[in-house]
Formats: sequence, C-alpha cells, structure tokens
Amino acid sequence: MKRTLKTPIRNEDIESLTAGDIVYLDGTLVTCRDVGHRRLIEYGMDLPVDLSGMAIFHAGPIVRKAGEGWEMVSIGPTTSMRMESYERQFIEKTGVKLIVGKGGMGPETVEGCRRHKALHAVFPGGCAVLAATQIEEIERVEWQDLGMPESLWVCRVKSFGPLIISIDTKGNNLFERNRAGFDQKKGPVMEEIFRKVRYIK
Amino acid sequence: MENNQKKRSLTDTMTRFISLVAKRLPDDVYGKLEQLRLKEDSPLARTVYDAMFRNQEMAQELDRPSCQDTGVIQFFVRAGSEFPLLGSLRDVFDEAVREATRVSPLRHNAVETFEEKNTGDNTGVRVPWIDWDIIPGQKSAEIDVYMAGGGCTLPGAAKVLMPAAGYEGVVQFVFDVITSYGVNACPPLLVGVGVSTAVETAAVLSKKAILRPIGTRHPHPKAAEMEILLEKGLNEVGIGPQGLTGASSVMGVHIESSARHPSTIAVAVSVGCWSHRRGTIRIDGDMTYEILSHKGAAL
Ligand code: SF4
Repeated sequence: MKRTLKTPIRNEDIESLTAGDIVYLDGTLVTCRDVGHRRLIEYGMDLPVDLSGMAIFHAGPIVRKAGEGWEMVSIGPTTSMRMESYERQFIEKTGVKLIVGKGGMGPETVEGCRRHKALHAVFPGGCAVLAATQIEEIERVEWQDLGMPESLWVCRVKSFGPLIISIDTKGNNLFERNRAGFDQKKGPVMEEIFRKVRYIK
Repeated sequence: MENNQKKRSLTDTMTRFISLVAKRLPDDVYGKLEQLRLKEDSPLARTVYDAMFRNQEMAQELDRPSCQDTGVIQFFVRAGSEFPLLGSLRDVFDEAVREATRVSPLRHNAVETFEEKNTGDNTGVRVPWIDWDIIPGQKSAEIDVYMAGGGCTLPGAAKVLMPAAGYEGVVQFVFDVITSYGVNACPPLLVGVGVSTAVETAAVLSKKAILRPIGTRHPHPKAAEMEILLEKGLNEVGIGPQGLTGASSVMGVHIESSARHPSTIAVAVSVGCWSHRRGTIRIDGDMTYEILSHKGAAL
C-alpha cells in the first residue's frame, strides 16, 4: 500500500514509520540547502517561510520563468551530509518534520529527529526530471538574492517520491546500518581476492 | 568544404551531441541497468530502479537533461594526425559547450578556481577539459564526451603504493574507496582503476577505464581476471541502488594500466554513477559522423 504524508505533518503521522519504509508526500516542500541553513543557524536570520510541520528538500533546482510564474525544469537531491552540522538545530528552530535529500546524515541529525520528531528521507539521486514533474506548482520564491540553486523555492507537490526513510523518529539510521554491513562483508570478500592476485612472485 | 565551413559544421554536430548525451544514456549503460534491475528482488531496490527508468523515459518525453547535475564537460579525443580540424578542436569544443549550455539547457558548473566565480557558460580555464591521443596517419577523429557530475567525481582518489603492498594493495584501495565514498555517488557504479607508475598517470588511466564500453576487458589475462574478481567481489558487498543495499554494487570494473617504476605501484580510482553520461562519436575528414554510443540517435 502506498503511504502518503500530507503537510502539515503531525508527530503521530510519522512516529510509526521506520527507516527503510517508503512514503510519498502531498503538500508543501521548500528547497533549502547550504546557505539557507547557514543563515538561520550561524547568522540567526529569520526564515521567510514558516516550516512548522512542513518538508524541506536539499536541492538546487533548474527553474525557468513561465508567464507570471515559474516552471520547475529539473530538481534533484544534493548530498545531505553537507547540512549535518546545522540540521539538529534547524529541526529544533523550525519545527520541520521531513527532510529530503541524498545519502545519509549523521548522529546530530539522528538526535534532532529523535528529540523533536522528524524524518530524513532520500529521493533517488539522478532522477531530476521525475522529481520536477511531481511538483504541481511553484507557489513563491524567497531569498532570491542567493541565486537560483540556493533560493527557497516553495513548491506544492503531489505524490512526491519515492522517499526512502533513512532516519526515523526512533533513532534508527539506515545508511549507518548499511555501511556497517558493507564493512563487515568486505573483509572476507577481499581476503578471497587477495589470494588470487599474488601476481608479484 | 572550406575549413571555416567545416568548423561550423563540426561545432553544430558537437553542440547537438552534447545535448543528446545529457538527455539519454548510452546503450551499454542502459542495457546494463536493465540487467541489474532484473536481479533485484527487495521492494526498496525495485522501487529505486523503477524511479530511475521512469526518469529516463520522462527525460526523453520532455526533452530535458536526465540529471540536474550535467557536470563539468570533458572530451577525450583520439584524433588522426591528418584530421583537418586538429588545430581548431579547442575552439570547436568551447563554442559547442557554450551553445549546448544555452539550448539543452545545462546547469552552470564551471567555477573559476581562486576567482571563485561561476563563469555561467560551462567554459573556463582549461575547461572543457581535453585529453589528446594522436593517431598517426589517420584522417578521422573519435571523440568521447563525458559529463562528470559532482557526486560521482567526489570519490576519485589515487595513491602510490610500495611494491610490497602488491596487487593486494590495489584491491584494498578499490574496496575502501567504493564502500565509503562510493555509496553516495549514486550506485550502481562504473568503477575505473588505473594501475601505473605515478599518481597522475594512474589517475588519467582510471578515467579512461570508465570511458570503455561496459564489459569490455583489459587485453592482459591477469588484468582481465582482476576486473572480474573486483566486479564480483564488490557486488557481493551488495551496496545496491543509491546505497540502499541490493543484489549488486557496480555496473562493472575496468582496469587500464601502463608499465611502471620497479619501486612503485600507483593506483587510482575514478567512479561513474548510474547516470553515466558518456557518448562516443566518430568524425570523418569531411565532417560526416557516426554516433557509436547511442544507436539510432539522430542529431
Ligand atoms: S552522482 Fe550522477 S546521478 Fe547522482 S546526482 Fe551526481 S551526476 Fe546525478
């Protein structure tokens, strides 16, 4: 069954979800990446968008003007880990409930998600056209002084996903777990290969 | 045709070809992804593959670059010494990149180093990057276009090992890079390994390795064996699409090598992501062309 989250997202909507689950999003999704995070956390500036119960997307889109409004040409996730040092405080200050990006995040974000009830999820990387077509409308844009990739694009999305939950509200971190698994598996596999490549006699 | 006319004609061809490469994966990559998709049985891996294929279809339908990161554009040229536009290729590539950036449209990905300014047209000092091989006597040129995205460029690494580390050291290096940084580079990956004498020679060879069509083998039987061992071994680690675990990690492992100093084994790794946008085109002396990487494509 397809699980869909709708903004505003409440704690009870996400508390039962577990890292590895797949969800889709209806509602408001705001792009916010490096400088957006820095402005709020380091410079203490107020975000021009109320993110309480909303979703953000670590992404820098390609947008083109269409009449009075804007059209999303292409939007794909960027590496979430770059926002790791800000994300715990970001969640605390904004009340954001869903953070979408690429790859995993670290212990600070895990702590933020656990304490304030939020999720980190990944949108498959390299699927920028798919993501663009799931955006029904760009409602407005803020902080345009940051340039196209860093502006806050406030988007209305429909069935946005697949979103694979990587950090849940219970302290699970999918990418950490996977990485530990890869490390464990690689030892014996390498040993096997070592024996076969002793080409220097 | 006058040389000026030829130049215009080639610029036009290359502009269209760059656009094509941004929007459609080469046949070997697409075919390999289709194979790997069939091997996945977890709902998670399948969902990701479904999204990837849907994305490629929509890119065709809407005529847009399939990934937002259209990379820094690199050209790998194998040009005949008698190719009429040998001296003009730099101009042709610069102009074609500018034009393709406008019409495709491509994201602006060239930041002038030290200036720290985006040039806004994907050209800059030494960019687009050109790598040259001159083929004596030949009249035609074969050109690879490659879009190096940030995500898949990041894992790139090289190291000069002592001979005592042996080929075992090479294996270890490849595994370490792929199971750490590779996970975030949009797997399944195409892994290029350079085994050579110095850090830069190994690095260039590792990049050339991922420009080879998937599944082609190194001519030396031991190197070919090692390609297969690495491929099988990395797949057993099961990184899966987007690092979410699955039946495979890589689309392939290719090794390129050179002779080396007896006291060194230099190893380098270059990584291509699942959206491995490379194209190969052959240009004849009269500027007619054949696209080798995308069958049936029209420019
Ligand atoms: S790694 Fe490749 S598919 Fe992923 S975002 Fe970068 S260019 Fe696109």
